[in-house]
Order: sequence, then structure tokens, then C-alpha cells
Amino acid sequence: MTAEALPAEMAGSDRGAWIPHVVLVAGLALVLFPVYVAFVASSLTLRDILDAPMTLVPGPHLFANLRAALAEGTVATSGQGVGAMMANSLVMALAVAIGKIAISLPSAYAVVFFRFPLRRLCFWLIFVTLMLPVEVRIIPTYQVAADLRLIDSYAGLALPLIASATATLLFRQFFLTIPDEIVEAAKLDGAGPWRFFIRIAIPLSRTNIAALFVILFIYGWNQYLWPLLVTNSPAMTTIVIGIRQMIGNGDAQTAWQLVMATALLAMLPPIAVVLAMQRWFVAGLIEPEK
Amino acid sequence: MERRAIFAGRLLPALLLTPQLTVTIVFFIWPAAQALLQSVRREDAFGLSRHFVGLDNFAAILADPFYLASVEISFVFGFAVAVLALALGLLFAVMADRVVRGATFYKTVLLMPYAIAPAIAGVLWLFLFNPSFGIVGSALRRIGIDWNFLLDGRQALLVVTLAAAWKQIGYNFLFFLAGLQAIPKSLLEAAALDGAGRRRRFWRITFPLLAPTSFFLLVVNIVYAFFDTFGIIQNVTGGGPDKATEILVFRVWYDGVVGLDIGGSAAQSVILMAIVIALTAAQFRFVERRVHYT
Repeated sequence: MTAEALPAEMAGSDRGAWIPHVVLVAGLALVLFPVYVAFVASSLTLRDILDAPMTLVPGPHLFANLRAALAEGTVATSGQGVGAMMANSLVMALAVAIGKIAISLPSAYAVVFFRFPLRRLCFWLIFVTLMLPVEVRIIPTYQVAADLRLIDSYAGLALPLIASATATLLFRQFFLTIPDEIVEAAKLDGAGPWRFFIRIAIPLSRTNIAALFVILFIYGWNQYLWPLLVTNSPAMTTIVIGIRQMIGNGDAQTAWQLVMATALLAMLPPIAVVLAMQRWFVAGLIEPEK
Repeated sequence: MERRAIFAGRLLPALLLTPQLTVTIVFFIWPAAQALLQSVRREDAFGLSRHFVGLDNFAAILADPFYLASVEISFVFGFAVAVLALALGLLFAVMADRVVRGATFYKTVLLMPYAIAPAIAGVLWLFLFNPSFGIVGSALRRIGIDWNFLLDGRQALLVVTLAAAWKQIGYNFLFFLAGLQAIPKSLLEAAALDGAGRRRRFWRITFPLLAPTSFFLLVVNIVYAFFDTFGIIQNVTGGGPDKATEILVFRVWYDGVVGLDIGGSAAQSVILMAIVIALTAAQFRFVERRVHYT
């Protein structure tokens, strides 16, 4: 896409056309180095890791370490395996992504396609949430979750993170671009608002839905502060919280080979989702915010 | 913007709005109102008694030298993260805009840290910079630098800044690249024909045209550094050594959860809300102006 857009004159007359590649390869190294070191560390024994300087050549223990982390975790997680934590993270990420899309589509549809009393108030009630991330209202939100008996539940993990208007704003902008002619034509064909919503508005939004799904899945999977507060039971620990428990004091006692194996496991699902859905995700990330 | 073709009816829109309004009121409006209320009350740790204290909580916070230090640390950290991540994102975007082969590959890899949790990024950088066995940390010691970020506050702030900026490079890169690709090539060609060199074209044409993108990203990056980096701070330094990396969100959590000072923590939440609202408002004003004049 970049390449074709460049006029031949400017691309062709390059002295030093190699410079961008050198800079970009340095960029790749910067991005990949910490991840590569984690990969190498998770293929070594703790003794290899602590023997500074640690080798940069992968050892033979990758699968043994991954298996040990997945099944048993470490002493610090009292036998709770990372596999169970990943399942919790997955439920949370899916609940946040699907839940937010599921409540945002109808509300955006309502404010765009209807006129009703208090419409403006509803609109502002929802949109004011854009201003404040969950981190700034963390203690009162915890108290609400506690009052509703949502501590140590998936609903408690996901619901407060769903209370934000980013998705609603995106769908609203998209619904505003649906041509009036389509709506009039559908009405002439006898389609009511519900039918139009299900048969036309939602299918037309599928690119936006895909993009939001990626963004929200990553957002949900990567949460830290809120799960730290709202879960106490080891059975509800997410992987991002679990790794914190495994590090402990961060000294030589820490089972670093397992911590790094867990870090790999924690990075894998969100990276896989981004890679698999990159095209939609990039479009969805850039377009609504510009 | 409003649309002309709409549907009639009251019940259906009410039903469609109910789920989101319920979640918003229960988990957003109500807690935010509670934060405001708690910030002017004092409560004992068990919630058994409470009374109105006016602005005492705010006065107490603003008189606390540790809080003021935390404000300063947050801003130093926020700007350092933003400047570093923006500069690197822009550099890589300018380069990627110039390459003919492999652009998609570079883009894919550079975007990767965006998908990694801040807390996990913190773990990776903690591991690299560990003074005794970390690859970078032990190398620094070998070349004679007294590297121990677990004891040295400045070094600790440096490590959390690097980790936080690292995670944000890909995001900035993506937006800058989109901004660069939106600049009309005819403009740059005309300047090239007039004899402007690459450097001159960049600073005179490209850079000013990227200003709106840069400003948007500056706000996004500062908000990120203020609120999303809790996991980095807790995993790498735990706010230490000696509070050297205690950013505002960390303190809200610490005072509220560990210290059980509900009123003080709520007052801090209110101050944080004011900061986010100010940043967002600045951004909207700027974006609006940009719409008017371009």
C-alpha cells in the first residue's frame, strides 16, 4: 500500500534507499528483543538464567517449562496452573468484547434512528463515560461490585469495563452514514425498525464489529488493576494477575523460567488475535479516532 | 449530525437503550457520584461512621509533600513516555513510508507491543534490567555503571519509562503512518521540483501537516501513561524505591486499598477526573479548530 503510493520519481531517485531498512530493522530489534529474551529464558533452567550473562541461545526446556507452567504454576500460585488462569482471561476478554458490542449496537441504533423524549439526556449519560477510565473511579466501583455480590465472579470482572461509550460512539458514527434512501426503501418494503436493525444495520456494521472485537478483546485480556481488586479467590485469577503472584519479590528465589513461560502464554492470545484480524483492526483503530 | 429518515415509536428505542443505560448508571454514574461524595466525607476504615468534612480531604492531600511529589513524578513520567514513544513512532513511520519492499512486515511486527498487556511488558523489562542476572542490567554493571534500579529512584523511573514507551511505539507508528499517507504526494513533488531536499521537505511540509495527529497522540499517550501503566509500575518497582515511581493512579490504589483511606483516595480520584477532563477538553477544542481551518 505504501509502495504503490510512492511516485516513481521519489522512490527511484533515492540515494541511500537502504537507510529506512536499517532504521526499521533497528526498530524491529527494539520491539522483538524483550520478547525474544523471554522466549529464550523459558527454554532454560533457572540455573542457566541466573548464570549472568544469560545466554541468547534457546535451550531444550521450552516445552517442559510451558507444560509445568500450564499445569502446575509455581509454589507462589499454590499449585494453581496457568492453564486455568488463561481460561479465566479468555472468559473475561470475550465477555468484555461481546458484552460491550451487544449493548452498544442497540443503544447506538436507538439514538440514531429514533426521536424520543430525553434522547439528548440518554446520549450524554452514555457519552460522559468516554471521559473517565475505570482507574479513576476504582474504589467506588469496587464498593458497587461488593454490594451487588459480584466479587470473584465473571460478571464482576467484565461489567464495569463494559460501562464505556467507545463502541457506542463508533456505531453511532457508522449508523449516521447509512444513506436515507436505504432506510426509505426498507420502509416502503414494509420493514419495521426491528427488522431493519437485524437485517440491514447489523450486517452493514460487520467490519466495525470485527475491528471492535479485536480492540476490546485485547483490552479485556490485558486488564490488570480491576481484576486485582475484584478477584481474591485463586480459582478466579487471570493470567496477567497470576504472573504478578509468581514473581513475588523478583529475586533469585523466583522461578524465572516459569515466569517467562507464563509471559509467553499471556502474550500469545492477544498477539494471535491482532495478527489474524490485522486488516480490520488497523482500520477500526485509526478511523473512529481521526 | 442528525439523520432525516427515522422510525417512529417509543417502546423499542427505550428497550434498546435499557441495557447500556443500566450498565452505565450502575457501574459508571453511581460510582463516579460516590467518588465525589466520598471526597467530601470522612469515613472510618470499616464504614461504620461517616461525616461531612467539606474540602478537608483535598486540603490534606494538597498539603502532603508526598502527594505533590507524586504529581510531579506523574507529569515527568507522562511527558517522558509520550515524547519517547512519539519520537520513535514518528521515526519508524517516516522510514516505513519510504520503503518499497516489506512495509507490511515491518508494520505487523512494530504493532506487536500494542497487543501486550502493560503488566506483562513490565515483567519483560524487569527481567532485562534486573541488576544481578538481567541481560541489560548485568551488562551495565560490567561496563562499570552502578546499576541497581531496585535501590536507585532515578534508574527505577528510567526503567518504567522505557517499558511504558516501548508498549506505545506501535500505536503511534500506526497513526503517524496513516497521517503520512494522507499527505498529498503532489505537495511533496512540487517542493522537490522547487529544489527542496528531503530534510527540508520533511520539516517544512510533512511535519506541520502531521501536527493534528501529533497533538491527538500526545494526549492519548499522556492519558495512557497516567492510567494504563499501573501494571508496569506495580510489577517493575512497586512504586519504589522510596516512592520514586509512585504515579497518581498507584497512589489512589495504595491509599484506598492498602491504606483504607476512602476519603483521601476519593479526593485523589476527583483530582484525576479533573485532569482527564481537562486533557480531553483540550483535545476536543484542538480537533474542532482543525476541522474549521483545514
